[in-house]
Amino acid sequence: MSDSLAGRMGPSSGPSPYGGQGSSANLADILERVLDKGVVIAGDIQINLLDIELLTIKLRLLVASVDKAKEMGIDWWEHDPSLSSRARPPQQVPAGQPPETGRDPLADENRQLRAELAELRAAIGTPQGSDGHRTHHEEEQ
Amino acid sequence: MTSHLQGDDAAAAAPQQPLGLPAEQRESAPPSSSYVYAIGRAGAGLDTAVPRLTGLRDGRVRTASADGLTALVSSVPADAFSEEGMKAQLENLTELEEIARTHHRVVEAAHTRTTVLPMRLATVYLDDARVRSMLRERGAEFDALLSRLEGHAELGVKVYADPRAAAADPAPATSDGPAPAAPPVSPGRAYLQQRRARRQTQRDAYRAAGAVADEVRDRAAALARDRVAHRPQQGELAAGAGENIANEAYLVPMDRLREFHRALTVLADGVPGVRIEVTGPWAPYSFATATATPPAESRRA
Repeated sequence: MSDSLAGRMGPSSGPSPYGGQGSSANLADILERVLDKGVVIAGDIQINLLDIELLTIKLRLLVASVDKAKEMGIDWWEHDPSLSSRARPPQQVPAGQPPETGRDPLADENRQLRAELAELRAAIGTPQGSDGHRTHHEEEQ
Repeated sequence: MTSHLQGDDAAAAAPQQPLGLPAEQRESAPPSSSYVYAIGRAGAGLDTAVPRLTGLRDGRVRTASADGLTALVSSVPADAFSEEGMKAQLENLTELEEIARTHHRVVEAAHTRTTVLPMRLATVYLDDARVRSMLRERGAEFDALLSRLEGHAELGVKVYADPRAAAADPAPATSDGPAPAAPPVSPGRAYLQQRRARRQTQRDAYRAAGAVADEVRDRAAALARDRVAHRPQQGELAAGAGENIANEAYLVPMDRLREFHRALTVLADGVPGVRIEVTGPWAPYSFATATATPPAESRRA
């Protein structure tokens, strides 16, 4: 297919006309595609996908809407005072349970809760839930 | 901190150092890495697109080919595009924008000539030989994707609800000038009435936008080959008045682009408080999702 796309389209409506070379496409649309779509293959130099996800949220680049991010179990910004008014000081880790990373008390707490949940499930004979479900400690309280 | 170790041992033993320190050039470290923008079938389409293309950091775009497939590649500084270096770049909105727009520009230029699979941002290999071996490894998969996307482009469709626009576009009122003098109401009551009217306008705009979004899906289904729903855009980069309530991408045959565009833009005509924005044609970013492979043993530059 050798014919060019230019000229196949009528003028675009809306405030961000398509410039043919993409130079005028709006940044949100471009980021949405280049960060979130396209062929994802393992390069030799890797930035893991989660980092890119978190990055986009951290920068509030709207690549991930907050609701969607929550579905994915990414909700750390709710506990980041700079990002949310609902943030709270990090949970106290019980004594004798030093956090493994020291950097992410939420993740540690999650691990702990998952383990407890697994025990409880085993005790009452419920099959294991999928690992993809994060336990929100708000619900636990 | 000065380390007296030599070469690779120094790299292995040294703790993570912040960027910007004068890294000693090691014999074994390649000075540059190969950044991949897109993959297409080998042939005149990509070969003619390449000579005029400039990539990241003003590098010349070139091709790397294997097994009938061609990757568009350019050299980038290995340190700036190492794992740490890339993270630092992506954390900075100015640099992120530069990389994203350049990446997109190269993909776009290739896409105007032939069918290509756009890579996700920041797909980097140690050198062109590694790019070629990746093409050989994943050849069958890329081939199938290219065949599916042949002759198609992606169009984006966004539906916005904009209650303020609806409010500025008052519902057909009685045409006899000011409203007949209703029994005078207290200021407090008047205020409440206004608020109620505003809320009503808002509800109407959202409901109307939802209805338009449904129509969009119906109309598009007849003209497009595939559909992907994106997350509604919000946040400081979300351009455009109102709230984005639907954000979708459609895979449309080249010879239907104009028809698709026309059929969809009219759907919001005469609906106060609802706006449709069609963007593209894009390279088929949203339909070029290859199954991710488990990363091989991590190789670092």
